[in-house]
Amino acid sequence: MNNKLKTLFKGVTDVSPLMIPVFPFGIIYGVIGMELGLGAYMTLGASIIMFAGASQIVLLQLFSGGASSLVMFSSVGAVNSRHLLYGAVLSEHLSTLRLTWKIILSYVLVDQAFAVSNTYFKNNENNENKHYHLLGAGFTCWVIWQISTIIGIVLGSVVPEELGLSFTISLTFLALLINDFRKFKNIIVMLVSGIVATIGYNIIPFKAYIIVSALSALTVATLLTLTEIKKK
Amino acid sequence: MHWSLIIYCGVITYLTRFSMIFLLKKDIFNNKTKKILSYVPAAIFPAIIFPPIFLDNSGSLDLENNPKIIAAIFAIIVGYLSKNVIATIFAGLTSYWFLIFVV
Repeated sequence: MNNKLKTLFKGVTDVSPLMIPVFPFGIIYGVIGMELGLGAYMTLGASIIMFAGASQIVLLQLFSGGASSLVMFSSVGAVNSRHLLYGAVLSEHLSTLRLTWKIILSYVLVDQAFAVSNTYFKNNENNENKHYHLLGAGFTCWVIWQISTIIGIVLGSVVPEELGLSFTISLTFLALLINDFRKFKNIIVMLVSGIVATIGYNIIPFKAYIIVSALSALTVATLLTLTEIKKK
Repeated sequence: MHWSLIIYCGVITYLTRFSMIFLLKKDIFNNKTKKILSYVPAAIFPAIIFPPIFLDNSGSLDLENNPKIIAAIFAIIVGYLSKNVIATIFAGLTSYWFLIFVV
């Protein structure tokens, strides 16, 4: 097997364990999309066009709450702002690639692919085909996300509403934060965000509570970071 | 929901991924900025998690006999101990079903 294929398969196998939680997440997204009446094409269409689980679910939640397009759009932008960090970290390894490569790899730069490929890039600086790792990891995520969305769409027409599946939105996002539970500063940031959102849900106009609470919590995060640096 | 909104959201999502890879030759963010950006999930996700748990359908605070709060606390405990994403979701959902269907 040549080096390109080998690196590609390494990306596929590295990211595969991380696909286990993605699968139910995609199913939940598909089910909720159908329950909110988006229809099969639009539910799957968003998975293909956006390919960003967290922000797709935020979009659905704001849609069901009757938010305006501008608020939905800016909330999606806020949720995805973490990708700026991924891009900045990876740019060091990808800057010499042709533009076509950058365009393709950007489409599949999701959380899980970033996590495994960033580690691979650091350990294999001299592999001239190292970008194939991100290609393999990213498209594995893509395939799993589309398949699980489709399963969700199929199940969405049979799952009864009484099961309270909308509660799974809260649960899935809570599960994505389990690594933060052990860090005191992260708990403070999480509480600020959650409390501002709960109080602001009715008070803040245009359903902009996600953005307002995110900005409040990030301000607190900035203050915490600055005091930490001062102490050192 | 309009297709145009999904396309705009797709474009903004793509730009957050593409912009830095396209613009930067080297990683320019200093450690302070990176540290702050690493708080983004902790700063945003609770805003999505909290309101559906603590508010009822009419939007008023619902703290008494709320099965979602108990189920969420149970999920947090399981998540803290197991560090497992699926176990966390499963624990929250099954305890919620237990509370609304059995108790």
